[in-house]
Amino acid sequence: MKTLVLIQMVPDLVEELIVDRDGTRLDSYNTHWVINEFDDFALEQAVLLKERQGGEVIVVAPAMEGVEDVLFTAAAKGADLLIRLNGDFEGEVNNHSLARQFFPFITQLKPDLILTGVSAHHRHDGALGALIAALADLPYIGYVAGVTVTDGKAVARKEYPGGIICEMEVQLPAVLGIQSPDTPPRYVPISKIRQAMKTAQIEEQEAGGADLSGGVAISRLIQPQASGHAVMLEGDLDQIAEKLVAIFKEQGVL
Amino acid sequence: MSGEIYVLIEHLQGQVLDISYILLAQARELAGNDAQVTAILLGHQAQALTAELAADEVFYYDHPLLETFTAEAYWKVLAGLLEERKPRLMLFGETTIGSETAGGLSMRLGLPLVSHCQKIVRDGAVLRWVSQLFAGKMLAEGDLPEGTALVTMQPGAFKPEQGKSRQSPKITPQPPADLSGLRTSVKQIIQPSGEDVDITRLDVLVSVGRGIQQKENIELAQALAESLNTVLAGSRPVVDQGWLPVSRLVGKSGKAVKPKLYLALGISGAPEHVEALGNVEMIVAINTDPNAPIFNLARFGATVDALDLLPVLSEKVQQAKGG
Repeated sequence: MKTLVLIQMVPDLVEELIVDRDGTRLDSYNTHWVINEFDDFALEQAVLLKERQGGEVIVVAPAMEGVEDVLFTAAAKGADLLIRLNGDFEGEVNNHSLARQFFPFITQLKPDLILTGVSAHHRHDGALGALIAALADLPYIGYVAGVTVTDGKAVARKEYPGGIICEMEVQLPAVLGIQSPDTPPRYVPISKIRQAMKTAQIEEQEAGGADLSGGVAISRLIQPQASGHAVMLEGDLDQIAEKLVAIFKEQGVL
Repeated sequence: MSGEIYVLIEHLQGQVLDISYILLAQARELAGNDAQVTAILLGHQAQALTAELAADEVFYYDHPLLETFTAEAYWKVLAGLLEERKPRLMLFGETTIGSETAGGLSMRLGLPLVSHCQKIVRDGAVLRWVSQLFAGKMLAEGDLPEGTALVTMQPGAFKPEQGKSRQSPKITPQPPADLSGLRTSVKQIIQPSGEDVDITRLDVLVSVGRGIQQKENIELAQALAESLNTVLAGSRPVVDQGWLPVSRLVGKSGKAVKPKLYLALGISGAPEHVEALGNVEMIVAINTDPNAPIFNLARFGATVDALDLLPVLSEKVQQAKGG
């Protein structure tokens, strides 16, 4: 079985987010990029499937700051083929254009399963998985927390609110948007990543032009003005704990 | 504005989901007196679900394969409808049903899509949208292009009651859809295990997020929860790590809770988590990041490390109980 994992890089939310001078996007100079957490989950799910029943895991990621580390880490986890998609991905990009740029890999590589993270926090034109499935005329299941594959079919556990799970069967090839893998992403020691850097090769492909149609332009990007804000408790740990106990008593829970 | 506003009605196991009423409330506000609000219901023997929908009309598609949602079936049915009728706007929930339906339709039909939308407002003939990006740390604004636009919306701007009506809407059954050749099917629906405590019924919840950092630290929070006679809940990252069971998940794919006190420890307040806190009486947030969105929602907060605070707070609570 051949599984294609599509990776996106997203701004690291631990860092301060700074808006560009034009006021419509983040200042790329001051933005630190990391792997989209849900895409990391998709990679883990792909590796778990390979470990259970063999096959090949191919990872494609757009060329951005930090992407080599992401790809070599994927190799250390068990990915077989690493592809860096070269193009301008820090400028005018949206999920519609990214889906179109990823699409040739589906026609060229003919994967049985295409896995992406269920969502990414940095774009406002829909989830990549649904977009690329529609483009490739493949079925799509999102919010997936657990996958098994047998006889050319996948059974995916789709999560609904309230802890309800809908078990769905889909004929392959298909696209799945991963909410969480069967087991949490594995820890990879740095020594193993360094080893992958020496042995694994990153293939490069040039991206096609960015067709943004389907997305809607942002006229302003701002920090939210809160309608309210918490009363902040000051002092050392003892003083804050005492104030909290007083609040708990006043609220009638202590 | 003129034209029609469509709202996709989401349902599961014979219940209309609250997000659909919230979308109807948004649609009604936009429609004013010069546009029609049409609810779009896909189901099987589901006509009773239309009773409270605050819509002018319901387009109802009935088919056994529409009893439970699959993106493929919804794409097939709705693509035909949108191509034929060309409404001004179609609203979907930013949900397990709405987001994948809207995404597929946007790409298939070449229609513009705005996701993570908080609110749409009219400014003359222009429809302006506001969306939450970067897990709620930024707001993006823009105008919807002319023609048909698709929008997926988060809850929050309206209450479900605002999208309900005592007067049943006009129901217009639609021609049977051709759903041959679907590659997706529903095998079974699995109910959550009833073995664990039901966190939606508790008066106090101690809840942990990414700030708890590692599994070993769960015990610190667990001790506080026990001293407050409650259990530990958590946000998505903690459950994804396997540190808490899914039955303790608070958020979009977990449970919406309504305690008198919700103590959020190391939780940033991402939209997926916050949407489950709408009925909480009091939120108290502990987070080292002073810009964490959870502080905009909390009544009280402190910017200290939850891991440092937990042992001290547990001891003070024990003292207050006379222990």
